[in-house]
Amino acid sequence: MRSVRNTIVRTASLSGAFLCCCMTTAAAADPASTGTNIFDPQSTPARSILHLSTFVLTVTGIIFAVVFTLLVYSISKFRARSTDANSEPAQVYGSTQIELAWTIIPVLIVVVLFLATARVLHAIQDAPMPTSAVEVTVIGHQFWWEYRYPRLGVVTANELHIPVSDPAHPTPTSLQLLSADTDHSFWIPELAGKTDLVPNHPNRMWMDPEHTGTFVGQCAQYCGTQHAKMLLRVSVDSPEDFEEWVREQQQPAVADERVAAGRRIFETTACINCHSINGTVANGRFGPDLTHLMSRSTIAAGAAPNTPQNLRLWIQNPEAVKRGSLMPAMQLSKSDLDALMDYLETLR
Amino acid sequence: MSSNAITIPGIRVEGKPWVETLHEWVTTVDHKRLGILYILSSLLFLAIGGVEALIIRIQLIHSHNDFVSPQVFNRMFTMHGTTMIFFVAMPILFGFANYLVPLMIGARDMAFPRLNAFSFWLSLFGGLLLYFSFLGGSGLYGAGNAPDVGWWAYAPLGARAFSPGHSSDYWTLALLVSGFGSIGTAINIVATVLCMRCPGMKLSRMPLLAWLNLVMAGMVLIAITPLSAAQIMLLIDRYLGGHFFDTQAGGSAVLWMHFFWIFGHPEVYVLVIPAFAFLSEIIPVFSRKPIFGYPVMVAATVAIGLVSTSVWAHHMFTVGMNSYANSFFAITTMAVGIPTGIKIFNWIGTMWGGRIQFKIPMLFCIAFLFQFLIAGLTGIMQAAVPFDWQLSLSYFVVAHFHYVIVGGILFALFGAFYYWYPKMTGRMLSEHLGIWHFWLFFVGFHLTFDVMHIPGLLGMPRRIYTYEPGRGWDTLNLIVTIGAFIQAIAILVFIANLIISYFKGAEAGNDPWDAWTLEWSTSSPPPAYNFATVPTVASRRPLWDLKHPEDPDSQYE
Amino acid sequence: MSAAAISVGGIQPSWSLPSRGKVAMAGLIIAESAIFTIFVVAYLFYIGKSLTGPTPREVLETPIFFTICLLSSSLTIHYAGKFLQKGERGAFLSLWSLTILLGGLFLFGTGQEWHRLIYEHGLTIATNLFGTTYYSLVGLHAFHVTAGMIMLVMVAIFAFAGRIGREQSHRVEVLSLYWHFVDVVWVVVFTVVYVLGR
Repeated sequence: MRSVRNTIVRTASLSGAFLCCCMTTAAAADPASTGTNIFDPQSTPARSILHLSTFVLTVTGIIFAVVFTLLVYSISKFRARSTDANSEPAQVYGSTQIELAWTIIPVLIVVVLFLATARVLHAIQDAPMPTSAVEVTVIGHQFWWEYRYPRLGVVTANELHIPVSDPAHPTPTSLQLLSADTDHSFWIPELAGKTDLVPNHPNRMWMDPEHTGTFVGQCAQYCGTQHAKMLLRVSVDSPEDFEEWVREQQQPAVADERVAAGRRIFETTACINCHSINGTVANGRFGPDLTHLMSRSTIAAGAAPNTPQNLRLWIQNPEAVKRGSLMPAMQLSKSDLDALMDYLETLR
Repeated sequence: MSSNAITIPGIRVEGKPWVETLHEWVTTVDHKRLGILYILSSLLFLAIGGVEALIIRIQLIHSHNDFVSPQVFNRMFTMHGTTMIFFVAMPILFGFANYLVPLMIGARDMAFPRLNAFSFWLSLFGGLLLYFSFLGGSGLYGAGNAPDVGWWAYAPLGARAFSPGHSSDYWTLALLVSGFGSIGTAINIVATVLCMRCPGMKLSRMPLLAWLNLVMAGMVLIAITPLSAAQIMLLIDRYLGGHFFDTQAGGSAVLWMHFFWIFGHPEVYVLVIPAFAFLSEIIPVFSRKPIFGYPVMVAATVAIGLVSTSVWAHHMFTVGMNSYANSFFAITTMAVGIPTGIKIFNWIGTMWGGRIQFKIPMLFCIAFLFQFLIAGLTGIMQAAVPFDWQLSLSYFVVAHFHYVIVGGILFALFGAFYYWYPKMTGRMLSEHLGIWHFWLFFVGFHLTFDVMHIPGLLGMPRRIYTYEPGRGWDTLNLIVTIGAFIQAIAILVFIANLIISYFKGAEAGNDPWDAWTLEWSTSSPPPAYNFATVPTVASRRPLWDLKHPEDPDSQYE
Repeated sequence: MSAAAISVGGIQPSWSLPSRGKVAMAGLIIAESAIFTIFVVAYLFYIGKSLTGPTPREVLETPIFFTICLLSSSLTIHYAGKFLQKGERGAFLSLWSLTILLGGLFLFGTGQEWHRLIYEHGLTIATNLFGTTYYSLVGLHAFHVTAGMIMLVMVAIFAFAGRIGREQSHRVEVLSLYWHFVDVVWVVVFTVVYVLGR
């Protein structure tokens, strides 16, 4: 039985150590990475969460260490020995003092944890937004993201651009979260905690990224077949780059006569039932706005890189790119598809 | 399985034709047989749910895998969750309650034996109905199959617009039916505990298992019906044109979440409290001491039952409730950890100063203590709301609740199996196979569920059929899958043990563990009438009093 | 072999436990209260939130008479039980039948009201949030009344066949508990729908 006890202790300590190692590895990720590590914040909400979580982990770590030690001690010191064969230990029924002690201490711990939690909660959730905040309305769809900048007159999809926020003159981004169909959740771990997009229940969240770069995440609330491929891609730009991007996005689609044939195909097939292209008759709302399709690095909400090959495949056989998505196969002839591709490639 | 109480040596008794035995079992109203039926049907669903888990794990073994399609994957996690909660965990715990409660309170059966049988068959029917969906789920548009809306069926995903066909209806109806079965069992347990105790067994002398199952049954009464109500509302929406959760008509998707979690959170306490009951019976016996702080254990359990009805929206911290609501649910969630922690301390207090025997049931209980401690602490982490805004809906949560249900409840159940199998069958389970079972499962469990926390911390959401490479999730998922297969092997060892020991196990006798509660006073297995004469008791440990007449508990209570 | 009887300690004081039937009915009532609470919460939550269609104020008429019928039936069933305990079968049967009549009147009233709402005002369960929550809540209650009525009628049949006597008074009492519960629920539903909801 000694060997059993030893093995238990050894395995438990190893598991504990292993868990700690894994968590520190996670925490020590490269700071400039575009990962999805919650311990690598690049924005105030994510950073406040990191501070709170460090505190909580420390407290719970201490609780674990204490109770674990008591447990291990009790199973090693009080194991039955061969000399105990026919006798029973003292039959102790309880102790009021001990019960009081291990009630009061947890109560105090809970009070402390709660106060820390409430403080950070209010700080993030009820933070007032300065007038310089960029406002974005995010509308969740099955299985893509719609972005509207109401004050800037920009409508785009799947790839969000926001300005970096200088702590001296903050320009955070305030997101209003809506849904066109079912529940979704907006989660970019390095920028903020997640907030759900619930139909008929507008939500707000904000972030103020500290560095430029590309940040990734994905939908976190199960929304149907292609929940897994409703990816998020946020480009945090310098103020100048952001303004340039906005200006480009505000333009209607380039009207290039060379690709008029392709445009006509777009306008006369079912494409316009779902898609909009600013400056044409296409005004569908079910699918993403395609006015500046070529300014995006991915298609189908991150399911594939935005290459001519992938775009072609997406139009002809969406099931091969994103099985179960709501984009129908367009059944175009090869020549029609060629013309259409020529047109789409002008939508920068 | 009930033996005849009287064996007359030298006389050959002819065996019954097997159809007669089958008929007896199908028409039984004996709480012991119904208990065993519950347990056996749960083991069947455990195997099926386990296969679903393995399919999930194979699909996730590396990024961009295509072992199964997204549609099949979504059905797998929906069915896995629904099966494990409603057709494994609940019935198996009801099964043990059914078997043990009347024996431990000195009764001859449950208060309502026929209701008992009816509840079992309702539960089983619910399970079969759910699985019939694989065959019969096609409906509108030929769409649909097994349900694929997650085990919570969040609105509006469960609405006709997003779930055409009948797959969601199978989910709804199967759970409605088994829900009514659960209510029947709960009413039975409450009536049995309050009205069928043997003389002298005041409530303050009942074994903790009886107390805790009483609290569990009370919680079932108030927790299951909110789900039934929500499901009736969903059916009204789907079939009568109602608008309960129809956001286009002004309905609220959040209302479904509230109703679901008003059921869903107390439900997990319904599952864990019977596990606490097993620990409270097994740990004292193998520490050779009475449970430390019996009144506090009762009070803590009642407190957990009450407080747990006020924590439900901690599953909704990301939904956009205002900061005051979030704070309220944060404090109640942290508060419910206090009585739970007290129980852990009391179990350690029971072991303290004892003479611990590391028999198999005790090994599982010690592992429970270690694992439930961790599970509780990761729960507290999620109660810190802003931290939960990162952790929620990720694999951290999946790791947490499997830590509770597998690392906690299932380990306690294994302990209960090894402890009470001798009573139920008259044979001991093999220690050798038991050691293999324990260590294989322990290693597999930790490999899977310790590591599983990390992808959550690295941003991996749950319920995704595949994931992107380059996010650092690949190797971790591989390890998780390997652990899952190790656990599967352990379960096979366990099943083998159950079967082999039934035929070849050592004879158990009445009281193989030298225990102190009434079930050990009768034969193994007990006769149909449980006790030749209804016992009278004067303390919490009637057999201790008999074995130690010089120092009976009745002197101290 | 069964073990010898366990008997520890000296002479026990008299051992009495609550009645199984009453405890079980209390359990059922608790579970049913939870289900009604959820429907009431949904009703209250959706007051004023319908996007279209008739509002409660426009179409609801307070069913005073039928409410009095239902609530009086609690009195009649209570006294019926008392008579049965004394063995007075005749009085029991009269009051029991009166209970059934009053319950039947209540159901008739509900049906009449629904007929008016559907055909005169076009309010159905699918019309708007008010329609959905109203018919669900009142309907759930009416369903429970109907289930109770079936039980009451069965007892009446047995009573007319001369089989209900003082020995059955306990079971009849358990059934009356259910009937009282149904009445209490009506008080809540009435308040929520016809008082608060307007």
